[in-house]
Amino acid sequence: MNDRVWQLLLDSFWQILLPGIRVTIPLTLVSFALGLIIALITAMVQVANIPVVKQIARFYVWVIRGTPLLVQLFVIFYGLPSVGIILDAIPSAIIVFSFNTGAYASETIRAAIEAVPVGQIEAGYCVGMNYLQIMARIVLPQALRTAFPPLSNSLIGLVKDTSLAANITVAEMFLAGQRIAARSLEVMAIYCEVAFIYLLFCTVLTKLQTYCEKRMNTY
Amino acid sequence: MMLEVKGIEKSFDDRKVLKGVDIKVGKGDVVTIIGPSGSGKTTLLRCINFLERADAGEMIFDEAHYRMDAMTKRDIAALRRKTGFVFQGYNLFRNKTALQNVTEGLVIARKVPKEAARNAGLRALEKVGLADRGDAYPHQLSGGQQQRVAIARAIVTEPEVIFFDEPTSALDPELVGEVLSVMRDLAAEGRTMMIVTHEMQFARHAANHVVFMDDGQIVEEGRPEEIFENPREERTKKFLQTVREGFGGKL
Repeated sequence: MNDRVWQLLLDSFWQILLPGIRVTIPLTLVSFALGLIIALITAMVQVANIPVVKQIARFYVWVIRGTPLLVQLFVIFYGLPSVGIILDAIPSAIIVFSFNTGAYASETIRAAIEAVPVGQIEAGYCVGMNYLQIMARIVLPQALRTAFPPLSNSLIGLVKDTSLAANITVAEMFLAGQRIAARSLEVMAIYCEVAFIYLLFCTVLTKLQTYCEKRMNTY
Repeated sequence: MMLEVKGIEKSFDDRKVLKGVDIKVGKGDVVTIIGPSGSGKTTLLRCINFLERADAGEMIFDEAHYRMDAMTKRDIAALRRKTGFVFQGYNLFRNKTALQNVTEGLVIARKVPKEAARNAGLRALEKVGLADRGDAYPHQLSGGQQQRVAIARAIVTEPEVIFFDEPTSALDPELVGEVLSVMRDLAAEGRTMMIVTHEMQFARHAANHVVFMDDGQIVEEGRPEEIFENPREERTKKFLQTVREGFGGKL
């Protein structure tokens, strides 16, 4: 590689990193947080076996897991306007990503709740607690510990999946990279640089995951 | 009588596990329930504390009458607040320390102020000889220690009756003694206890009433000397004979 390419990589680094910090990271965090709330509710109504609501939850998980994320983005952003619902790119992306995370994470959380031994619940009843108290204080804390590694996986997956939002005009990292690549014609170098920055983000998250898991190992 | 149940029946699928069991526990009684595996002892205890729902039966607790197959959640909760339960597998809350395990039922279920709960918890732990292990998590304790914490958890609420479901069956042999010794202390304090056990020495010497169950029914019951020395029923004799052989005749 010659000096020109190095210079280009150096100049473009900030131009790609900046939308990463301004768009990719907030988009990921907001979608993931909303997704976790959706997941928790979706998992809880299934575990608590609430009729009708439970069926709705199953239906939601079935549809989201059975359709491509990219298609979901297109349906919300390009499809909904034809029925009179017009959403900006970023809200569209947040809706799709959070419901997507919600569907997958709900299965993770549901499995983790069901993995808590029934004796823990029985012991809760025997000391006089009610169902909600047992859930909040005994079952969920244990389940979330079990679910933490797979949920971290989902978060890392989401960081990369947000690149799909470039297709619905969200000015995140990948879109920034595409523009620079088109302008400079150094396609290989620029896309590798984009990949490198995603790798950077995910490495930080992986380290964070390891640190948190160590701290949680008190029980 | 403080606690009386009549005609408990319970089936799992097509198998009838309890075929109409009556049992009475007076204040200060220590009742041990013995019998072969699969005789329904554990199911009986679990039905009385509503961990299993009986198909039929009547319960009288503190002079209040209940139909066991039609108890409301509210009645069950009220009843459980007057009882303690010790499980075969300890079932300590894995995400709580020993002390938190003991105080959880006070702070959360009974809204006892934290400081008062802590003091009561420490006293209960002291009673089972674990005052210094309050900060340990269950996985840091031996089986015998875990079961003693579970006993502390069951007694801290000052229940009217404590149920023990084979409390030593999951323990390594060398750890059985420490748990039985705590239970003997409780019996000596005059606490009302109902104990399903395979420890025949304990069943005999700690109890004032022994119930022998087989095939979902009470075959024979009475004072420990009667049951262990002069059993009337053939099935009781046979069971005790088998157990004695297992222990080299030392009973």
